[in-house]
Amino acid sequence: MTKTEYDGPILEIDQLSISFFTRLREIPAVMDFSVAVQPGEAVGLVGESGCGKSTVALGVMQDLGKNGRIVGGSIKFKGRDLGQMSMEELRDIRGSEIAMIYQEPMASLNPAMKIGKQLMEVPMIHQGMDEKAAYDRALQVVTDVKLPDPKRMLDSYPHQLSGGQQQRIVIAMALMSEPALLILDEPTTALDVTVEAAVVELVKELGKKYGTSMLFISHNLGLVLETCDRLCVMYSGEAVETGSIADVFDKMQHPYTQALFRSIPLPGADKNTHPLKAIPGNFPLPHERPQGCNFGPRCDYFEAGRCDADAIQMEPIEGDDRHWSRCLKFREIDWDAPIDVIDQKAKAEIGDVVLKMDNLKKYYEVAANALFGGGNTKVVKANETLSFEARESETLAIVGESGCGKSTFAKVLMGLETATDGQIILDNRNIESTAIESRDTETVSDIQMVFQNPFDTLNPSMTVGRQIIRALEIFGVGASEAERKERMLKLLDLVKLPRAFADRMPRQLSGGQKQRVGIARAFAGDARIVVADEPVSALDVSVQAAVTDLLMEIQREHKTTLLFISHDLSIVRYLSDRVMVMYLGHVVELGSTEQVFAPPYHPYTEALLSAVPIADTSIEKQHIVLEGDIPSAMNPPPGCPFQTRCRWKSEVPGGLCEKEVPPVRQMEAGHQVKCHLADDILARMEPVIKVAAE
Amino acid sequence: MILTALCLTFIVFWLTNLYPNLEKLAKTQGNFRMSDEAVASWLETRGYLQSTPKKYAEWLGVVPSYRATDSEGDVIGRCIQPGIAAEDSPSYCGILQGYWGWSTVFKEPVADIVSLRLGLTGKLMFWVLLVMVPTALLVGILAGMREGSVTDRTLSTFAITTTATPEYVSGVILIAVFSSSAVGLKWFKGSATSAMETVTFENFTLPVITIALYGMGYVARMTRASMAEVMTAQYIRTARLKGVSFRNIVMKHALRNALIAPFTVIMLQFPWLLNGVVIVETLFNYKGFGWVLVQAAGNNDIELLLGVSVVSVIVVLVTQLISDIGYVYLNPRISVS
Amino acid sequence: MEPLTWTGSLDFLNPIFIALIFICAALVAAYMVASVFAPEAQTTVNPDGTLSVSPSLLTLVTSALKYGFLAIITVLLAYLIGGMFLGLNAGIIGAMSQQFVPVWISLVVLFVLSITYKRRLGLYGKLFDSTVGMIGFALVMFWVFTGLFGAFDMIVTHDALTQVSGMKNKVPGTPMRGADEGDFPYYLLGGDNLARDVFSRMVKGCLIVVLIAPLATLFAFMVGITLGLPAGYYGGRLDTILSFTANLILAFPVILLFYLLVTPEIRATGLPQYMASILFIFPLVFLTVLLNSRFYTQPGFRTPLLIAVLGMGGWIYLSLISEVGSKVHVIPGFADLFDLDGGILTVFVSVVFVNSPTVFRIVRGLTMDIKTRDYVAAAQTRGEGAWYIMLWEILPNARGPLIVDFCLRIGYATILLGTLGFFGLGLEPESPNWGNTINEGRKLLSIYLHPAIVPALSLLSLVLGLNLLADGLREESLKD
Repeated sequence: MTKTEYDGPILEIDQLSISFFTRLREIPAVMDFSVAVQPGEAVGLVGESGCGKSTVALGVMQDLGKNGRIVGGSIKFKGRDLGQMSMEELRDIRGSEIAMIYQEPMASLNPAMKIGKQLMEVPMIHQGMDEKAAYDRALQVVTDVKLPDPKRMLDSYPHQLSGGQQQRIVIAMALMSEPALLILDEPTTALDVTVEAAVVELVKELGKKYGTSMLFISHNLGLVLETCDRLCVMYSGEAVETGSIADVFDKMQHPYTQALFRSIPLPGADKNTHPLKAIPGNFPLPHERPQGCNFGPRCDYFEAGRCDADAIQMEPIEGDDRHWSRCLKFREIDWDAPIDVIDQKAKAEIGDVVLKMDNLKKYYEVAANALFGGGNTKVVKANETLSFEARESETLAIVGESGCGKSTFAKVLMGLETATDGQIILDNRNIESTAIESRDTETVSDIQMVFQNPFDTLNPSMTVGRQIIRALEIFGVGASEAERKERMLKLLDLVKLPRAFADRMPRQLSGGQKQRVGIARAFAGDARIVVADEPVSALDVSVQAAVTDLLMEIQREHKTTLLFISHDLSIVRYLSDRVMVMYLGHVVELGSTEQVFAPPYHPYTEALLSAVPIADTSIEKQHIVLEGDIPSAMNPPPGCPFQTRCRWKSEVPGGLCEKEVPPVRQMEAGHQVKCHLADDILARMEPVIKVAAE
Repeated sequence: MILTALCLTFIVFWLTNLYPNLEKLAKTQGNFRMSDEAVASWLETRGYLQSTPKKYAEWLGVVPSYRATDSEGDVIGRCIQPGIAAEDSPSYCGILQGYWGWSTVFKEPVADIVSLRLGLTGKLMFWVLLVMVPTALLVGILAGMREGSVTDRTLSTFAITTTATPEYVSGVILIAVFSSSAVGLKWFKGSATSAMETVTFENFTLPVITIALYGMGYVARMTRASMAEVMTAQYIRTARLKGVSFRNIVMKHALRNALIAPFTVIMLQFPWLLNGVVIVETLFNYKGFGWVLVQAAGNNDIELLLGVSVVSVIVVLVTQLISDIGYVYLNPRISVS
Repeated sequence: MEPLTWTGSLDFLNPIFIALIFICAALVAAYMVASVFAPEAQTTVNPDGTLSVSPSLLTLVTSALKYGFLAIITVLLAYLIGGMFLGLNAGIIGAMSQQFVPVWISLVVLFVLSITYKRRLGLYGKLFDSTVGMIGFALVMFWVFTGLFGAFDMIVTHDALTQVSGMKNKVPGTPMRGADEGDFPYYLLGGDNLARDVFSRMVKGCLIVVLIAPLATLFAFMVGITLGLPAGYYGGRLDTILSFTANLILAFPVILLFYLLVTPEIRATGLPQYMASILFIFPLVFLTVLLNSRFYTQPGFRTPLLIAVLGMGGWIYLSLISEVGSKVHVIPGFADLFDLDGGILTVFVSVVFVNSPTVFRIVRGLTMDIKTRDYVAAAQTRGEGAWYIMLWEILPNARGPLIVDFCLRIGYATILLGTLGFFGLGLEPESPNWGNTINEGRKLLSIYLHPAIVPALSLLSLVLGLNLLADGLREESLKD
């Protein structure tokens, strides 16, 4: 098929409404949604989960499944209505003119088909290329997405590649026939931060090279800022604000956009002086949307009788370029009013050392060959010489990507595994080799954990109250059933959940509520040390702030030591007192938050900082893109663990990085870095994040 | 796997050599009105009263076989064939030496019976597989291709009905419908005895279909589930959004992935098929392997039963091995690691 | 007296019924052919928000099919309801329908109650959202009620073991020769080769199946769960040994196992009883561990509870395995609660034995999956005992697939029971259970159909019902 030339907008969505039909009712997923994508333009679609952004993408592809239907409006691609096309015409367009990239790269590649074949299929269908030409084309595109050894890549199966490589293949597949429009649905969510940064860089570059328009769907405002020209904020099935990046980020005209920005930790935020402002309430379920403005019940500017009367239309904002807002009151609201700081809190007093790790090591023995077992075993060094102290009321953040050993560390601390070497000292007692079964109740209840996945943290077949009471029983709290029940209700109060929730089943709770129950359970035995393993990373942005705040508040009251495991540097900077950066089982940098976030950095910290997208237009970032993927912990590189990806490696003479593990170097008070770089080079480093002078 | 085979044969050996079985053997071989002492001495002289592991080792052929002198002063033992002097016969005779024992019912060496009957059953199985596998896969794929359509529902109902119909039920119904002289259609023969010499459409259809039906429903349902799952996979959506036509999606993308699960199922069906074979051979009077099993078990023919058990255990284990290998071949994710 | 015809005065329905069946079959065939060639139906949305489906060949056929099936069901109901009132006048089917009146009433009551309260009944209630599940449930409950009422001699027309002279191999609907006043005047489904009433034998045989199959499956589940949970949870050597044993049993051809276990000679050695003593102890262990792990934090409550449960369970257990005058004779006869016939015990044990390895494998797999969940980790980090985690954190969340498999496995146990009967193993020959009856009936199959085909169809419908029920349950539990 020859591609038609067309110079209007590539994609024009006009008042689109999409519904899903179930046996019981019609569930509107997208309502009155309009957006236009000009040639070469990248448009971001931002919103929390369930807001309908992915449905829009599937609507464009005309692939809504059995239950989904377009119930109103039109989607025009290069001026032709996609809804009116026959199956054959659609098939012609899919893959050749519009291509899509999904969240899960592994799932979107056929596991039983070689990558080359999957790539070659596209031009063979659409351009009628022969096998030879298609192969050449595939080779060229794979080279374009910067994959090493393209020939070998084409000849391998998807499972032989790492996650980052798979995503590059998916991108290559989408670009095979140079589509006019590329839809990216959360393309980097499943990837590690440093890998994500590289993929985003690649997408931007290729978009320019091929002149492709993009529809970029993401929940991450920072990522959209980095990739897009314009964006559209969605809430509960509706677009609430659209406009250019600059307009929406700096001159927002909708209360939801404003609330969203106030609830994400930007560099200026601080847990004591500038706390985050969580959006109150919960995301409405699709069939429980309120009358009038969907955001009404959670909005600070809500005016009864006006905002909850009729459906609200998008209105343009005068003077801006295609900037629209769905708010009746946007002209009246004073958008520059300072945030009324709710309550500034005094910085908590840091107390005595509670927990001390000394040269902790955890090695696993793994059979080298799973099939034939026995014989030679391999040692995986999950944790290597971990030493640090944690004090009362202190928040220590542990930062690192997958495979850095943070989960293993948590397991050893909790007693689920015993340490190979070194010491863990809790109140002057060594607990490193006491497994959980042989710990006394007090020790067990002192160290508790909050888990990452809210959908997994509660037993689905037990009521919320029952689960908390069980923890109380185990910790020996309360003498009778009635006493424990009373204590359980108090715990629900503590995490700000209604007492009625005690009789609910976990599936009736939202993600944020489940996470609160998880926190209540952890504090059942008055835990003194709480390990929070990415407690908010699976939650929506607006809920994240509330849960984080809750944790901080309980910490303040109970003088808890919080070990906060995370890969998200923004939130770490916001709430932690000290930061520990880990890479492949090693602590590469440890210091107070200010020390770690300012130069001199460990090269890995530097790259990590640069990789985290920040949703603030006034921030200037140094672009540091790491080559390749994180090495496997099974097979770590010799010498410095980071040497395979380090951009400073050439500054160290004599190839020292490849030979020796660097020593731990004390910089200034309490700041330590594990690096071979000479002092003068470290001193030369520039800050990665700069706030542009205004 | 060899360990499994050894364990299994040992269990069979132990069960068949329990004292009541031996007592019955002695009585059928010797005299039905033997006294308990006579039974004991009869067994004693034939070495049946040794410890089970020792007997088992003898039967395997890893230790020399038991010999004794009977009341007439002749040396007797397992290895001593009639007409051959005791000195000339080998001292080891067991499975490893190729000596399978002597059937007391058929009065023939066990090895001969087993190989002959196994051939007959092999013929039956060949046709069963030839009918069952393609039909089952076809039904499963057609049903799983478009989940919820009328085709799917019809075929699924068919598959679920056949899984609910054990061989002895479907056999009875099929005979009633197709061969009964009272009301039936009289298309086929209700007995497959003549099929042992020459297979014809008339005498072999019913037994083959009877076995095939039961296994087919199960495989078809597996295939359908697997196909339906694959069809909702993300990579099928990717392919669809790449512009691949529906037929090519099914043929190129879905099929290989969807066949991984049913393949192992087909192979693991063999123990069940063996079950069906026994029933069908009894029902249709086809004197194959299953029929021998029934005869041996029913008549306390210890050595024959042992031989039959060994063969069936080996058949099952070999199919398991094949299924493992096939799985690796079909699923590229395994082959590399 | 005249022999009964099949439908009696409802004969006029027959041509309609046959025609309907043919039409539906033709439609299905037409659909399948058409679906390969014709395009999918196009649905469009009208401006007012309603959906309209453009009439195409396929949609036409689909709706025609729907009405066709409705019509068939109506006619079937007419046969049954007509029979209920007309009795013998409506032929054999009518008479049977009248005999089954208690079953119909129970079924209707059960369904009305269940559908009324279905929102409050959890997974069981959701079953009534699925047509397939409902059909399956109806079939299963039909046989359950038949078995129950049959046990009180309510449905049967004659004694299942009495032989009536002159009724040998008589076709269905034959009037009973020399019927006394008060005797049922017909052999509804004919007589078998020993001149016994086939209909009554079918009803009586039902009880054996609906009693043994679910119980044996339940025991198999207890064994499988008690072993599968630790194997999956701990892994390592324990898992290797248990899995090896399970595979060992699985690699055994079932039929061979039966022949080896169920022969009278083996029974004489007491082996089945020893096996029973091992297998039956699992439910006891299971219950004890279940309660202990849950309540050990409250010893005051736990100890009496455990004593009561162990005492009762232990007594039942000992009564089950112990038998006066057999190899296992542990408690004196007067304390023996019930006497199980040796044949039934052996059959029971072998069915449990054959089924438990598969259950073990399923439970093990599910455990390995669920133990990686965070709530299990949460339980570990608060120092819960391993058995608490297995039984209270893992097991309840594995219940969905287990319930589905339970239904399937009852069906499979039924088939196994039939197989045993078919080979004349286990139960005594005159027992009316379906397997035995089929075995007897098949010998004269080419001349007289009815003695074998009646139990064959009964077994088929029961197992089909169980399979459909399992399908419905699976579908509904996946929707969650």
